[in-house]
Amino acid sequence: MVEAFFEWFPTTWLGMFFGVEQTALFYFIAIVAMILVIVLPLLIAVAFTVYFDRKIWAAVQMRRGPNVVGPFGLLQSFADGIKLFLKETIIPSGANKVIFLLAPMITFTLALIAWAVIPFGEGMAVANLNVGVLYILAISSLGVYGIIMSGWASNSRYAFLGSLRSAAQMVSYEVSIGFVLVCVLMAVGSLNLSDIVVAQQGSILNWYIWPFLPIYVIFFISTLAETNRPPFDLPEAEAELVAGYQVEYSSMAFALFFLGEYANILLMSAVMAILFLGGWYAPLEALDFIPGWIWLLAKTAFGFWMISMVKAFVPRYRYDQLMRLGWKVFLPISLFLVIFYAGVMMYAGWLPK
Amino acid sequence: MSSLVASAKSLLLLEFMSAFWLSIKYMVAPKVTINYPYEKGPISPRFRGEHALRRYANGEERCIACKLCEAICPAQAITIEAEPRDDGSRRTTRYDIDMTKCIYCGFCQEACPVDAIVEGPNFEFATETRAELMYDKNKLLANGERWEREIAMNIAADAQYR
Amino acid sequence: MISLPVLAFYLFAAATIGAAVMVISAKNPVHSVLWLILAFFSAAGLFVLLGAEFLAMLLVIVYVGAVAVLFLFVVMMLNINYEELREGAQSYLPIGGLVGVILLIELIMMGISWQFGADVTVNAAQPTPMLTEVQNTEALGRVLYTDYIFIFQSAGLILLVAMIGAIVLTHRTRSGVKRQSIARQNARRPEDAYGLVDAEVGAGATIPTKKGQGERP
Repeated sequence: MVEAFFEWFPTTWLGMFFGVEQTALFYFIAIVAMILVIVLPLLIAVAFTVYFDRKIWAAVQMRRGPNVVGPFGLLQSFADGIKLFLKETIIPSGANKVIFLLAPMITFTLALIAWAVIPFGEGMAVANLNVGVLYILAISSLGVYGIIMSGWASNSRYAFLGSLRSAAQMVSYEVSIGFVLVCVLMAVGSLNLSDIVVAQQGSILNWYIWPFLPIYVIFFISTLAETNRPPFDLPEAEAELVAGYQVEYSSMAFALFFLGEYANILLMSAVMAILFLGGWYAPLEALDFIPGWIWLLAKTAFGFWMISMVKAFVPRYRYDQLMRLGWKVFLPISLFLVIFYAGVMMYAGWLPK
Repeated sequence: MSSLVASAKSLLLLEFMSAFWLSIKYMVAPKVTINYPYEKGPISPRFRGEHALRRYANGEERCIACKLCEAICPAQAITIEAEPRDDGSRRTTRYDIDMTKCIYCGFCQEACPVDAIVEGPNFEFATETRAELMYDKNKLLANGERWEREIAMNIAADAQYR
Repeated sequence: MISLPVLAFYLFAAATIGAAVMVISAKNPVHSVLWLILAFFSAAGLFVLLGAEFLAMLLVIVYVGAVAVLFLFVVMMLNINYEELREGAQSYLPIGGLVGVILLIELIMMGISWQFGADVTVNAAQPTPMLTEVQNTEALGRVLYTDYIFIFQSAGLILLVAMIGAIVLTHRTRSGVKRQSIARQNARRPEDAYGLVDAEVGAGATIPTKKGQGERP
């Protein structure tokens, strides 16, 4: 396995960049460097994502949004981060201390490790797993634990109710996300995210958004539910549950939840770009001279813009309506679409070999 | 038939689409809010903001310690103590306003026979500690010196309506 | 010096066994479930080391992502008095111990009298495709949907029947419950709901009656 890795690593982008003699220590350092190359820009991107989220929301309401800290308020998120960092971490007396502190760490870590399989370009993934799509599904299904543990450990009714809601919501919408993924996988014939992108090679016309438009819409809405964004932000419904599972959290523990939430939103945008918007490929082949990761970032930004816009114009769902939408609307529709696409592809002979 | 059209509409998310389009239009529309800390909206000459104690042009403080403002203050935020000065004139030795109690009704300003205590146009006097909001005479006189030009203009602008 | 995969194996194996021991020894049932999740997770790691990444991911998605969440749900909702629970454990110790000992004896007896069937050696000799040629996701799919299609489908059917049975048993229609008809709500247009009427002074206005007016939406 290590030998296979030694053979594989020089073929990756980072390996080519270094091209030095290969020792075990070097590889360890290289792996850590690869992770840092992903994680550090990601964290900075998350900070700016929060800023742009607030700016977009403000713009739709014809407000200005944050505008004081730094030019155009660009440093607002960093100021917020420093503020949270300097605050006191409060642990409620009735709380289960270990689990209470473990929960935000789990949320944050899970939001970061899912990025391991995202291909930023040809071969530019930390881990090019054969089962990349399943890995993403698995990690996002683990995300429930951060929320459910925080709700239970807080020993507060609001937090507990919020976490119960959230767990039920995430488990429900994962089902339709799974079926959505099945449709795409049938057309590709592989669970590898890079293969999915390669299958969409060519201009914008080859992207999967066109044949799979209904699937894309379902995936988009399920993404909103999965990441607890409006109109499905019931876990934190501040009107009734004050802030749901986050009620008892302060300081860095809260910041970890917050960062994890936005890292998850970015992740789902990136997955959306990979599955439906042609990943690292340019919309026109003439534009291929621009590096692939810039296109992926642009598409991720577009996905985030859509998610952010939705926040501005939809009212929050009531809980029973949310469950109805998940189980009685999305599940039958996505099941039907799986059968439909499978039938069409079978009949027309478009199934991959 | 109409129900068929309605269900087709809801299945195709037409309302969602029109809402999306509407919010895109509003997103690029000009802002209705001002760029607050760098630009501020106009305020009336009668605006009741932070308090100030004024002086006459010759530097003599206006307040004669009649305690009308203390008497009329509905929140009992004002505390005044007075003694005759060396030259025999009656002046305050202590003039405190508890800004955390004050409700900014402007009665003190109305009651004052010599236009000494006024509420100026300043509304940005947030502090980091509560203790800083217990204004004493020095702070109020300093406010008066700092805002005298604006306060005098406001009083002049409002005079014709009194 | 031990190689990296071996080191990883011992790490995952130790974590699995340690977590499994904690599942039955933890006093708080919620902690037990959390240890169980760790055990599942480490087992998934062992699957990855075997090269069975598809099974590993399924273990995480199905058991950790769905089954353990339901476990956790139920355990959290129960209001358990831990003191009472511990008192009871003493009196149940003889019976529990007896069952454990019988199971252990049975396992030992089975281990002693273990014999391979005649066709096992034949089956084991069948060449399995190399991992480099066929991914195990694909290999599993080929076997499941060809040789074992009927067993696979009937397992699915049994689960479906169980699900329908559970729904039939627990579902009840209550009378006198006001329900929202979302389809009707969505189909409602502003022009069905209100209209403008010019009212003359002192004369009032007559409300035009339309079809559907006065009904509860």
